[in-house]
Amino acid sequence: MKNKSLVSISDYSREEILRILELAAEFEQQPRQDLLKGKVVASLFFEPSTRTRLSFESAIQQLGGSVIGFASADTSSVRKGESLKDTILTVSNYSDLIVMRHPVDGSARYASEVSPVPIVNAGDGANQHPTQCLLDLYSIKKTQGRLEGLDVAFVGDLKYGRTVHSLVIALTQFNARFHLVSPPELKLPSAVKRYIKEAKLEYYQYTDLNEVIPNCDILYMTRIQRERFPDPLDYEKVKNSYNLNNQMLANSRPNLKVLHPLPRVNEINVDVDSNPKAYYFEQALNGVYVRQAIVASILGLK
Amino acid sequence: MNDKRKQLIVSAIQNGTVIDHIPAKSVFQVVRILGLDNTEKQVYFGVNLESKKYGTKGIIKISDHWFASEEINKIALVAPSATLIEIRDYEVTSKSSVQIPEHIEGIVKCFNPNCITNKEDVSTRFTVIRDEHDELKLACHYCEKNTSRDNLMFI
Ligand SMILES: [Zn+2]
Repeated sequence: MKNKSLVSISDYSREEILRILELAAEFEQQPRQDLLKGKVVASLFFEPSTRTRLSFESAIQQLGGSVIGFASADTSSVRKGESLKDTILTVSNYSDLIVMRHPVDGSARYASEVSPVPIVNAGDGANQHPTQCLLDLYSIKKTQGRLEGLDVAFVGDLKYGRTVHSLVIALTQFNARFHLVSPPELKLPSAVKRYIKEAKLEYYQYTDLNEVIPNCDILYMTRIQRERFPDPLDYEKVKNSYNLNNQMLANSRPNLKVLHPLPRVNEINVDVDSNPKAYYFEQALNGVYVRQAIVASILGLK
Repeated sequence: MNDKRKQLIVSAIQNGTVIDHIPAKSVFQVVRILGLDNTEKQVYFGVNLESKKYGTKGIIKISDHWFASEEINKIALVAPSATLIEIRDYEVTSKSSVQIPEHIEGIVKCFNPNCITNKEDVSTRFTVIRDEHDELKLACHYCEKNTSRDNLMFI
């Protein structure tokens, strides 16, 4: 994985995924090390995402590396109309690795083709967010003790939710059974279902959340975003379709964990937070260890 | 139609290429993809001709021009059933069918308006795939979205 960009989760084989998860477990034991001493990582956030940026920057600084970059396009030369290629080529002069978040689909793949230093995609438009996917996998493995053969339910916006797409694709490498819960307008796109079919795995589609709760090991909740709907009336119709509360978890499996990429709005009632099955806050913390593993492995330090 | 007359129609040009079995509705797209709307060569075309296999078909004949395979394969997206007949001195010298290429670069636009290829000066790259209904689709190398034939726009 040395010097190899991470643009899309499908860039990593099953073995490479497992290697990152192993490394992340090591960093969880010892998150503060001098591994990145003397290394400079550029953190280019062409659109703001405080959560992801802080997680990356904390990961790097805890390992003794330094961070340069910008937190939004407003303050950078991008605003003056510089092309992505020129920004990447300039920044690569000053850094050993570039973490980038960009609002345009496919921008990270393109950057990885023009950049002399490796790129880590921290989200490109509606397309991919592979480090989120790896931290989801880490959370699943940590809570279930395995990745293989799990019943995983995805709930909410399965059409536009890029974290859902990446995680579904990754889990096809681990023989998951997929339970897909969404309003008909927000079903999983056929381009993603194709991966499930090609892996010859089972999937089931539901519109009722209650139906799926007793039968899964992981309940992956997502937010339904207003901006996805051209017609505001369509949004009003579905916005409250999937609100999980503590009562609903009564008949769930004992090993069930509830995940959510955060931020949540009202898909998970606060009364779930104190249930030991709620795992979304720990899930976010795991992001730091996983990002340490990714950066260290691409820089060839692990 | 007997073989002699068929031969006659096909051989109506002395030298050049005949593209046969084009779906009737795709003839003008083929003309555009191959740039035949901007050529100095003589071009004949027919639409809504009878075809045993397809009901109706279109045909294009270009005098004094032969295509490289990567050039002609561009039309496979709109005319996968097309056959290519090369004529030299009124004789058919070769007959072949178009091949659907595995990769397509720079001919077609990505339908996703938020794709980097539609935002910056980046040329398009696609892998040709078939979906579960055996429909041809173009998977964008950059945004990873699939452009279907209904959304095809040529650059
Ligand atoms: Zn695209």
